[in-house]
Amino acid sequence: MAESITYVRDHFLEAEKPPTSDSSIIGWIRKNLFASAKDSVLSIVALLALVYFLPGLINWLFVSAVWTGSDRTACLTVDQGGQLPAGWNGACWAYVGDRFVQFMFGSYPRDELWRPLLVVAMFVGLLIPFLMPKMPRKGLNALLLLIVLPVVAFFLLLGGVFGLRPVETSLWGGLMVTLIISFVGIAISLPAGILLALGRRSTMPILKTVCVAFIELIRGVPLITVLFMASVLLPLFLEPGNNIDKFLRALIGVSIFASAYMAEVIRGGLQAIPKGQYEAADALGLNYFHKMTFVVLPQAIKLVIPGIVNTFIGMFKDTSLVTIISMYDLLGIVKASFGDSAWITPVTPLTGLIFAGFTFWIFCFGMSRYSAFVERRLDTNHKR
Amino acid sequence: MALADARTGSGEPPKVSLLYNPALRSVVYQVVTLVVIIGAVWYAWNNVVQNLARANMTAGFGFLNSRAGFDVAQSLISYSSDSTYFRALQVGLLNTLVVAAAGIVTATIVGLLVGIGRLSHNWLIARLCTVYVEIFRNIPPLLVIFFWYLGVLALLPSIRTIFQHVKDNPDAVFFVSNRGIYMPAPVFGEGFGVVLVALVIGIVAAIAFTVWANARQRATGQRPPVLWVNLALILLFPLAVFIVMGQPLTLDYPVPGSFNMKGGMVIGPEFLALYLALSLYTASFIAEIVRAGIRGVSKGQSEASFALGLRPGQATRLVVLPQALRIIIPPLTSQYLNLIKNSSLAVAVGYADLVAVGGTILNQSGKSIEIISIWMLIYVSISLITSLFMNWFNAKMALVER
Repeated sequence: MAESITYVRDHFLEAEKPPTSDSSIIGWIRKNLFASAKDSVLSIVALLALVYFLPGLINWLFVSAVWTGSDRTACLTVDQGGQLPAGWNGACWAYVGDRFVQFMFGSYPRDELWRPLLVVAMFVGLLIPFLMPKMPRKGLNALLLLIVLPVVAFFLLLGGVFGLRPVETSLWGGLMVTLIISFVGIAISLPAGILLALGRRSTMPILKTVCVAFIELIRGVPLITVLFMASVLLPLFLEPGNNIDKFLRALIGVSIFASAYMAEVIRGGLQAIPKGQYEAADALGLNYFHKMTFVVLPQAIKLVIPGIVNTFIGMFKDTSLVTIISMYDLLGIVKASFGDSAWITPVTPLTGLIFAGFTFWIFCFGMSRYSAFVERRLDTNHKR
Repeated sequence: MALADARTGSGEPPKVSLLYNPALRSVVYQVVTLVVIIGAVWYAWNNVVQNLARANMTAGFGFLNSRAGFDVAQSLISYSSDSTYFRALQVGLLNTLVVAAAGIVTATIVGLLVGIGRLSHNWLIARLCTVYVEIFRNIPPLLVIFFWYLGVLALLPSIRTIFQHVKDNPDAVFFVSNRGIYMPAPVFGEGFGVVLVALVIGIVAAIAFTVWANARQRATGQRPPVLWVNLALILLFPLAVFIVMGQPLTLDYPVPGSFNMKGGMVIGPEFLALYLALSLYTASFIAEIVRAGIRGVSKGQSEASFALGLRPGQATRLVVLPQALRIIIPPLTSQYLNLIKNSSLAVAVGYADLVAVGGTILNQSGKSIEIISIWMLIYVSISLITSLFMNWFNAKMALVER
């Protein structure tokens, strides 16, 4: 039988050539940049664009940039009244260096700067162990960070007690204000958002209507109108003759806004918890409060941590809007410094905005990276 | 067992203290909520009345009919400082809608391109798109607006340079200055209406042809050249009518005036800054949504369509995209809503949108409650209409299960 089978080979095939290597640089370039005609065209166009723009950008940002100087003449060309050669164009980092303390702390009295610095040190000291999953005593840490620190910071920054000099909020400014507003917004919106989300899912019609109306109204309007409401209407709503602090008004506006968004994120988490969890908690005889705090919320919040961090990022960026109701957060103070006669040059606005943008970017990018890290860590539980 | 016996023994449910009655508790909670809210509203209302009386002001919307007294730089409808506040608000609302519509179109196109680019096999393109997304997603939109307005557009040539430029090149019709982009404005002559009618006929014919082509493809397997015929119907046919009608369109060219360019059409730097910032900012979010949507369609779908013999373009258009759209539409809706709401940042650069105009009125008349409620009402309505439309679209695109 065996001899009649014709399809069995009677000789070995020549060994094929090894596939073109992808591991060498040439192979990598061929595979990732010039895989097809369309890819080649795209790559070449992109490369040309990079070659065209990148050197100019680097030159503007670093090479031609002015790094030292004490006033505007350092960043002006000869025909504008400075010493730089005609046609010069570059960043004026000397201006950022000169105004740096102002950008960080606003008009906070210079001899009292140790107070915000101390708050920053405490904040960083508490935040880092809080963010590291391996560190123990998360409960105590959260208590210190979210309850004790705000109280301490309040008295330390505002002064007027323990022999500290009072510092009005109108003197606060810069990155300090941006961070305070976003931190307070976060600290208030998280519990308020949880309550609103629970209210929205409750079976009590009146409570539910109130929560839905609040959430949908606030989410339907721009933050700027909520801020206007807080800054213009709030004094009208309170006792005649009240003089509610401007900073506090902005805080209230941002917190209201953030709570509505947080509520929707938390609701997403609540809806993702299977009904069996609620029923199991009921079967164990837990009351509503215990059911939520011990069974439902821990799971729900864990599910939506990325969403919560995204809301934080959004809120951090949104704090820049208090500029419009004439408060001096980081963006507001940078913008206000453009009118400062000591540093008026054609390149000042661009330099200042790039600095502010970079600062915002660092914070937001850091948060989004952290969110991705947490997401990956939590994801291990659900891997199939 | 004893417990079970005890339970089944008595015929009626065990007596529960009234304190633990869920129905009663629910009523009590709600009454308390209601009382607190009514109390707060009553307190606030009382204070408002007192505060207004102190400031010698009255509440009400009657002021909307009084003279505005301020000018608006960009207006689509006729408006002067003699118009009413109501008219001014209409101008503002229209400007909001214009910048939002332009922003949505641009952001969608840029977002789509960048989102697809991030998934490209081309390493360089993917990296560039990632850099774009990571930069714009993490910077406040207000800062981007200032960046364009103060950092870029303010550095463009001044109007005096433009005057000099016009002297040197008398034929120039298109100018970019720090007061905006000047370009010829179309002036529609007699008979242009016929061209518009031709355009409508062309579009209707194109739709009809597409329907016929689909039916023919289903019947015979042959696909007529839909794209080319439709392009001809929509572009060439109105163009031919335009030429036959004797080209009823003239251009109004911008010419140097005493302080500014006269005539023509101008797009102000405020609009440009807002439009560019909103589009580029929102595009970075849309890009992420598009990427997630395309990745959400399993690879087997495109492999299956290749196995059926579809070309890559067809596979994307007929198989992948319809499925990706289902994932994309809900978050896309919220991005559109965000863009509309972010257009209120116009107030920071003085583009006369609803909030900027309203803010001016608020400062002039002090009618804060009225203006803020008008804002909220309009924005909530826009949000509702947009979500209704997108929900309808979503329902249309959703998987039809049989």
